Amino acid sequence: MILNAQDIHKGYETADLRTDVLRGVSLALEAGQSLALMGESGSGKSTLLHLIAGLDVPDRGEIAVDSQVMSHPNDTKRAELRRQLVGIIFQQFNLIPSLRIDSNIAFQAHLAGRYDADWCAKLATRMGLSAHLEKYPEALSGGQQQRVAIARALAAKPALILADEPTGNLDEETAQTVLTLLLEITRETNTALLMVTHSATHASALDQQLTLRSGKIA
Amino acid sequence: MQLFTLLMGLALATALWSGVQAINSEARASYGAAAAQVAQGQSDQIVARADESMSVADYIALRRLGWLVTPQIEHRLEMDGETVRLLGIEPLTAPNLPGSFDMQTLPMDQFFSQSGFALVSEDSTKVIEALDWGFEIAPNLAAGTAISDIGSIAMLAERGDTLDRLIVLGNNAQDPAMLEDIAPHLKYLNASSGNDDIARLTDSFHLNLTAFGLLSFAVGLFIVYGAIGLAFEQRRTMFRTLRALGVSLRLLITLLLAELLIFATLAGLFGIMLGYLIAATLLPDVAATLRGLYGAEVAGTLQIRASWWMSGLGMAIGGTLIASIGTFLRLARLPLMEAGTPQAWAQASQKVMIYLGLLGCILLGVAAVLSTLASSLVQGFVLLGCLLIGAAFLLPLTLDRCLALLERITKRALPQWFWSDTRSQVPGLSMALMALLLAIATNVGVSTMVSSFRLTFTGWLDQRLVSELYVTLDTAEQAGDMRRLLADDVTAFLPIVSAKIELGGQPAEVYGVTDHSTYRDHWPLLEAADNVWDRLQEPENALINEQFALRSELAVGDRVEGAQRQTIVGVYSDYGNPAPQMIIGMEAFAMLYPNIEPMRFGLRVAPENIARVSKVLRKDLGLPPDAMVNQARIKALSLGIFEQTFTVTGALNILTLSVAGFSIMMSLLTLAQMRLPQLAPIWALGVTRAQLGRLELIRSVVLAAVVTCLAVPLGLALSWVLLAVVNVAAFGWQLPMFLFPKSYLVLSAIALLAAIIAAAWPAQRLARIAPHQLLQVFSGGR
Ligand SMILES: Nc1ncnc2c1ncn2[C@@H]1O[C@H](COP(=O)(O)OP(=O)(O)OP(=O)(O)O)[C@@H](O)[C@H]1O
Ligand SMILES: [Mg+2]
Repeated sequence: MILNAQDIHKGYETADLRTDVLRGVSLALEAGQSLALMGESGSGKSTLLHLIAGLDVPDRGEIAVDSQVMSHPNDTKRAELRRQLVGIIFQQFNLIPSLRIDSNIAFQAHLAGRYDADWCAKLATRMGLSAHLEKYPEALSGGQQQRVAIARALAAKPALILADEPTGNLDEETAQTVLTLLLEITRETNTALLMVTHSATHASALDQQLTLRSGKIA
Repeated sequence: MQLFTLLMGLALATALWSGVQAINSEARASYGAAAAQVAQGQSDQIVARADESMSVADYIALRRLGWLVTPQIEHRLEMDGETVRLLGIEPLTAPNLPGSFDMQTLPMDQFFSQSGFALVSEDSTKVIEALDWGFEIAPNLAAGTAISDIGSIAMLAERGDTLDRLIVLGNNAQDPAMLEDIAPHLKYLNASSGNDDIARLTDSFHLNLTAFGLLSFAVGLFIVYGAIGLAFEQRRTMFRTLRALGVSLRLLITLLLAELLIFATLAGLFGIMLGYLIAATLLPDVAATLRGLYGAEVAGTLQIRASWWMSGLGMAIGGTLIASIGTFLRLARLPLMEAGTPQAWAQASQKVMIYLGLLGCILLGVAAVLSTLASSLVQGFVLLGCLLIGAAFLLPLTLDRCLALLERITKRALPQWFWSDTRSQVPGLSMALMALLLAIATNVGVSTMVSSFRLTFTGWLDQRLVSELYVTLDTAEQAGDMRRLLADDVTAFLPIVSAKIELGGQPAEVYGVTDHSTYRDHWPLLEAADNVWDRLQEPENALINEQFALRSELAVGDRVEGAQRQTIVGVYSDYGNPAPQMIIGMEAFAMLYPNIEPMRFGLRVAPENIARVSKVLRKDLGLPPDAMVNQARIKALSLGIFEQTFTVTGALNILTLSVAGFSIMMSLLTLAQMRLPQLAPIWALGVTRAQLGRLELIRSVVLAAVVTCLAVPLGLALSWVLLAVVNVAAFGWQLPMFLFPKSYLVLSAIALLAAIIAAAWPAQRLARIAPHQLLQVFSGGR
C-alpha cells in the first residue's frame, strides 16, 4: 500500500472560534492507482492533501506513505520523507522563478539524491518542453508551466503524486492535454496519484472518486 | 511595521548626519584650542629697542594712525620662592587670551574694579590672595600666570605709563616697515612661523573631516531612498486598488507627499536628538561644544544652533524628497492592471541595474581621468563623488554577475537555488547594500586617512622638533649670556634664523642651519643628493620644501633662483606650511643676511635637565614662559589631538556601520513578506524551515562579504584621493598613505557581524514561521 490515512482529524483555531475541517477521514491507495478527491469549496480537500504531503500534521490519526509515518511530529523527518516519497503539483504551478526550466525540473530529484539526467530529459521531451529548457518560468504559458510542475514532481521518481486542482488555472482545452499527460505518465511509471478536482469529467478519468463532505468521506 | 522602517531609517540617517556634524565641530573646537595653545605668544609684536622705552603715548599714537595693536605689561611677583607672572592687558582691545580663554566670558565689571581683580592659573592663587585682590581661576591659563587689567598692574608695579609690548592683532593692515618712520625707538618683531604649522595642518584635517561628513550624508541618502522604495513596494497593491477606485493620481501623490513630509519632519527631529545623544555619550567633551550649538547661552551662537537644526532637518526632508522622486515616477507609471509577479518586477529591475551599472562605469571612467588631471579642490571633490557614486551604482550589476557565475558553476540543487535566489534579491537589497558599501568604504577611508595623518605627523614632528627646548630671546645680546649660563647643561645651541625672500614669484622664507648631527640624523628629506648635508654647507646649494618642489616641478639637481642662484640638493616635507621654503647653510646665510642675528634657538638638552634649563632661562635671562616651548609638550599635545580623533572616528565607524546594518535588516524584513511565494515551493519540495532560515543568514553574510571585498579597495582609493589629490589641491603637500591591514580586517569583521545581526531576526522569523502561512501561498493567497 502506497498511501494509508486512518481517522484523520484536523481543525483550525482562529481568534475566537474553532473549525473542525476534517473529522475522521480515512483513505488508501495502491501503487499505480489514481484517485480523484472532490468536494465543495472549503470542505478541506487542500487541508487533507497538505497533511498527506507532510506539510502539516493532523490533530489525530496517522498517515503512512510507502509504509513510512508521514504524520511524524518532527519537521526535519517529514521534510526528508516528503522529498523522497511525494511529488506535489499545485494549482498556481508554483515553480521556482529564479531557476531555469531544466533546473526547476531537476530540483527535487537533486534534493532527493535521485537525479537521473536521462530520465529528466525523457520527461522534458514527453511534456513537450525540450525547446524551453533554458528559459525562466515567467516566459512560459500556464499550460507549459504546469507541465514543468508535473515533470518536476515525477523527476524524483516518487511513490505518490499529490495534485491540488492542477488544471484549475488552465482553459478547458489545455486542461485536458495536461491531465491526459499526467495520467499517462503516472500509469507508465506505476506512480500512485491523488488529485483534487472540481470537475466531474476530469474525476471520471481516474480509477476512483471520493467526495469530502462535512469533514468526512461521503 | 513599514512605518517603523521608514521612520527609523530616516531618524537614523539624520542622527548619523547630525552626530558627525557634532563630532566634526567638536574636532574643530579641540583643534582650535590646541592650536591656540601652541600658538600662544606667536603674534607679531612691537617692542622698544634696547635702551629705549615705550609708553602709553606711543600706543595711542599708533592707534590713531590706524594700527590695530593692544598693549601689554608684565610684572613678576615672588612669594615663598614661587614666581607669578602678572600679565596686564587692555581687555577692550585684547584678542582672546592665551590658552583659548574666551574673552566674551570675561567678567568685565569685576575686571575693572578698583580693588584689583585677576584671572589666575590654578597654582598661583596664593600670591594673588596675598595682594587682597579678587580673582577667578581660569583653568586654561599656563602655570604661574595671572592676568589682570593693565592699569591695576601698572599701579602695583609702580611703573608709570611705560609698556612692555604692543601685540599686533591679526587683522592689522598697516605695513610693519612703516614703523621705522613713525617711531624709530620701537621695533617690529615677526612672530616665529614654526608653530602655527600645527594650526595649518589641522585646516587640512578639517577639510578631510568635512569630506567625511558629506560621505555619511550620502550613506544616509541611500538608506532613506531604500526605506521609501520598500515602503512603496509594500503598498503597491493598495495604491492600485485606490487608483482603480477612482482616486486621481494627483490626489494620491499629494497625499503621499504630505505624509512623507510629516514623517520626514518627525523623524528628522527625532534623529537630531538621537544624534545629540550619540555624540554626547561617545564623547563627553562634545557636550561643551553642543551646549554652544543647542542652548542659546550667548547671542552669537544662536546662528550656529539654527544652522545645526536646519542642516539636520534639511537632510531629513531634502533626502526624503530626493529619495522619493523615483518612487513617485514609478507610482505615476503604475499600471492599473498588472501581471504582478515578483519576477516581472525583478526583470524590470534588471534593466535598471544594467543602466545603473553603465552609468557607474562612466562615472568611474571620469574618476580615473580626473585622478591624473585633478588639480583644484573642486575637481578633487568631483573626483571623490564620481568614485563613490560610480562604485555604488556598479555594485548591483557586479553582484549580479558574480552570483550568476556561481550559479552556473554549482551543480547541486539547493546551492544553485541559493545563488539564483540571492541574485533575484539583489535589486531589492541594492540600496541597503550600496549603503553598506559606502559605509565600509568610508570607514576604511577614515581609518587610513587618520592613521596616515597621525603616523606622518608624529613622525614628522619627531624629525622636525628634535631639540628638546625652543627659546625665543628678547634681544640678540642675550644669546651670549645664554650660551655662557647654560654651557654645562646644553649640548648644542642650534640657531634658527630666517629671512623673507621670493621663490617662484611667491613670498617665501629662507632658513639657515648649522651643520649638526641633529639635522643630519633627523631632518625629513623626501629626496636627497649624496652627501646632502656636506654639500649644503657650500653656499651654492640649497634644500627646498615639498610644496615648492611640487608647485614649481623642481627636483634634486635643478637650479633655482632663491636667495641667490642655487642648486637643489634635497627636498624635505614641510606639512602645515602652505608657502615655499628654502634651507641654506649657516655660513651662506650669514653672508647673505649679515643684519639678521639669531633670536631663536633650539637647545639640545638631556631630558632630566630640561626643568633646570627652563628655570635658568626664566630667572637669569628674564624670559617669559611662553618664550620657551618644550618639545615634549607639543608632541604630547599633538598626540592628544590624534587620540581624540581616533575616538571620534571609531565612533563614526560604529555609527555608520550600525546604520547600514539597520537598513539591511529593514530591507530583509520588508522583503521577507514578499518572498514567501518564492520560499513556499522550496519548503514543499522537502527543505525544512530551519534550513531556509539558515540559508537566509548565510545569504546576508555572503552578500556582506562580497560588498566588503569591494569596499576595502574603494576605501583605499577614497583615502588616496583625499591624501594625494584633495590635500595637494588645497594645501600644496601630499600626505603619504600608509596601509593598516589589521584595522581593515577588524572593520570587515565588524561589517560581517553587522550583517549577521541584521539577518538574524528575519532568519529567525523564517525558521519559526507557521506552516499555514506558507500553505496560504498555495491556496491563492487567502
Ligand atoms: N490556516 C487556517 N486557519 C484557519 N482556517 C483555515 C486555515 N486553513 C484552512 N482553513 C479553513 O479550513 C477549511 C478548509 O480549507 P481548504 O483549503 O482545505 O478547503 P478546500 O476544500 O481546499 O477548498 P477549495 O476548493 O476552495 O480549495 C476552510 O473553511 C478554511 O477556511
Ligand atoms: Mg483547495
